[in-house]
Amino acid sequence: MSDFTMPSLGADMDSGTIVEWLVKPGDHVQRGAPMAVVDTDKAAVEIETFQSGVVGDLLVEPGQRVDVGTPLATMLAAGEAPSAAPVSVGKAKRPRARRVPPPREAAAPVPPAVPREAEVAAAAPPAPSPPLRHHAAELGVDLASVTGTGTHGRITRRDVDAAAHRPRVSPYARRLAEELGVDLAAVTGTGTSGTVRAEDVRAAAHARPEVPPVSTEAPRSDRATIAALMSRSKREIPHYYVATTVDMHTVVSWLRDTNRDRSVAERIVPAAALLRAVALAARRMPQLNGFWVDGVFVPGEDVHVGVAISVRRGALVAPALRHAADLELPVLMQALRDLVGRARSGRLTRAELADPTLTVTDLGDQGVEEVFGVIQPPQVALVGIGRLVERPWAVDGLLGVRPLVRLSLSGDHRATDGYTGARFLATIDDLLQHPEAL
Amino acid sequence: MSTTLVETTYREAMREAMREAMQRDERVFLMGEDVGAYGGCFAVSLGLLEEFGPERIRDTPLSESAFVGAGIGAAIAGMRPIVEIMTVNFSLLALDQIINNAATLSHMSGGQVSVPVVIRMTTGAGRQLAAQHSHSLEGWYGHIPGIKLLAPATVEDARGMLWPALQDPDPVLIFEHGTLYPMPGSLAPDAAPVDISRAAVRRPGKDVTLLTYGGSLPKVMAAAEELATTGIEPEVVDLRVLRPLDDETIVGSVRRTHRAVIVDEGWRTGSLAAEITTRLVEQCFFDLDGPVQRVCSAEVPMPYAKHLEEAALPQVATIVAAARQVVSG
Amino acid sequence: MTPDQARSLVSKQIRFIVPDADLDGLPPDADLRRTLELDSLDFLEFVERLSKDAGVRIDEDDYPSLATMESCQAFLAARTAASD
Repeated sequence: MSDFTMPSLGADMDSGTIVEWLVKPGDHVQRGAPMAVVDTDKAAVEIETFQSGVVGDLLVEPGQRVDVGTPLATMLAAGEAPSAAPVSVGKAKRPRARRVPPPREAAAPVPPAVPREAEVAAAAPPAPSPPLRHHAAELGVDLASVTGTGTHGRITRRDVDAAAHRPRVSPYARRLAEELGVDLAAVTGTGTSGTVRAEDVRAAAHARPEVPPVSTEAPRSDRATIAALMSRSKREIPHYYVATTVDMHTVVSWLRDTNRDRSVAERIVPAAALLRAVALAARRMPQLNGFWVDGVFVPGEDVHVGVAISVRRGALVAPALRHAADLELPVLMQALRDLVGRARSGRLTRAELADPTLTVTDLGDQGVEEVFGVIQPPQVALVGIGRLVERPWAVDGLLGVRPLVRLSLSGDHRATDGYTGARFLATIDDLLQHPEAL
Repeated sequence: MSTTLVETTYREAMREAMREAMQRDERVFLMGEDVGAYGGCFAVSLGLLEEFGPERIRDTPLSESAFVGAGIGAAIAGMRPIVEIMTVNFSLLALDQIINNAATLSHMSGGQVSVPVVIRMTTGAGRQLAAQHSHSLEGWYGHIPGIKLLAPATVEDARGMLWPALQDPDPVLIFEHGTLYPMPGSLAPDAAPVDISRAAVRRPGKDVTLLTYGGSLPKVMAAAEELATTGIEPEVVDLRVLRPLDDETIVGSVRRTHRAVIVDEGWRTGSLAAEITTRLVEQCFFDLDGPVQRVCSAEVPMPYAKHLEEAALPQVATIVAAARQVVSG
Repeated sequence: MTPDQARSLVSKQIRFIVPDADLDGLPPDADLRRTLELDSLDFLEFVERLSKDAGVRIDEDDYPSLATMESCQAFLAARTAASD
């Protein structure tokens, strides 16, 4: 059995910090089971084991930052004995539904008394996700004491917040906080028993502290991480660029019509249609959907479109809209909203961070008409989308005005050439002329 | 018109007010126990009998129910009596007259009868008069619709509140705190009548509103001075009118300072302070930065021994402490 | 709805999306999307929240009326008056 090591969660990640162990020595784990919560510089993410077995010794304490590849825990085959007494797991909080039997002394491992699946199925609500448990730990909430109000009794973030020791807040302070947009959970109260008063809210509004990073260098390292990645990309990848102008008239009118019958929550924006078209085109032309690794092109197992999202404070993440080619447009729209929301609050999954097979950067809202982006290694393509503009256009031989968008492709010349890139863009254009099929 | 101010006292100002009223309006007369020959238990009407004669300065029998009733009758008949009840403690014997006659007759008669009586009463504690003679019942009377309540706390108000009270077609009760009579002050010789519907900001401030009335005002002003030396700027509001309360001034002040301390010499339970607290909760809850504080008398019959009476009453120290509590708390 | 109420409502929704927006310093005729750097998803969320909070229907055709704080106020006043 090989050790469980710190995985790479992105091309740009060299190290990570264990936030919380999700298993204890002696736990039986199946392939794919979450082992720990790791903080990269961008998000708190679960990491899974790729082998089934029994957890041996935990080698790294929570809070320790280690390089990618560092052994985090030893793994034993079923039947092997762990080499030492169980290592302390630190202050991980255990929700009720977790499968773990009580810790045992170093001895021949015993299979769990009840199969995991049956335990979970036996009227226990779904376990809270690791980011939620991270949040609860931060607030000092014991999840075992929280009643879940979500589906099947799932504990939601709101439940955790409600259970957190919330200081009292004076009515005036509460009103002021809402007006000034101050998050009361982040305000330190200076009244008796930590009561939050108006001046505390004002102080918080003026200070506007940065979201406290888990690592003290986090904001800087975002920039540094991006810098390293961009440099590597330009150093290693021979970029070529092709671009085309797409007549968006059909898409825009079609969207306008369907959106009339949709509630605001269900409305579809042009960006979603563009992403869908890119995904479908990527499925049709798989040579642009994959990775350049050790001198060869490795196609992606499916189309996972990376969406470049600016998170406030100048950082950028490009998590994957997974299986985008299989998501019907309304579903993709909701998935996109959800992804952007979670990206901005730092709640992306490992899979989302690691899996993009190609990336789309949409800077249309920033006002530029054309984008030539830098490919994110090891991907081989990046699609740039500019601003939707009304411009004169030839329509049936006459001069008309049409909504147009400039699409560009940055391609890795080792994997594809301009001809392929051009066909890719033409495919996207084609798909956009038949929005009802998106 | 003379502009030189005259040095006077609260007592003399009230006397002057009565004198002026009787000179201006022949319907006005004073009645009560010992108001004539004795010159008034607290010497407020000293010299008035000699000036106006026994028809207009009338000594009454020792029966509050009877003479308050007679005063109500005189008012119904068209006179403008000033009925002096020696102290609010004795007004208990005339409660039926005040509450069931004075307060109600206008309503029960459908407006055919009005009762323009003014009842003056000495009120409060602090002079070692013990349990039966130290009540502050302004809060009780404040509960009754049909009457107006005034609490002059300054020389100016003592001088100026009586005339408009006499002009009012409905019963008005004026509460004069016993410790205020010797209070010195300056007035213009022809001081004008004052408004009897509004509270007054006696000291503008920003950190906390100190609300009070009557005999507690000097203590509150002193407390404000002390607080100011420690960097807390209190705003002092003298209620002046206890019924109807001037919500606009009271709530307006607390909206600005976000903190309130109410100093009320009555017992805290079911007090005027309780009523004001509720109004603040109703009208400016979302402006309150902390709970409303009340500084009231201890919930005991008023002690006779000096040190116990002092301990039972609101004092500068307890007012300061309450203000600090709500500012920092 | 009065202009002040409208302004307050609009500000509240913006604050959900851009917590540190400086709305006091925002000129009434400044383009909201550009000044506050709202992308299409941000704007959609803004419309959704505004529609829910103000209790009015907002169609895509109404989007141009929501360009500035000023136009938002006028739009909300008209839309809420119409539904009275």
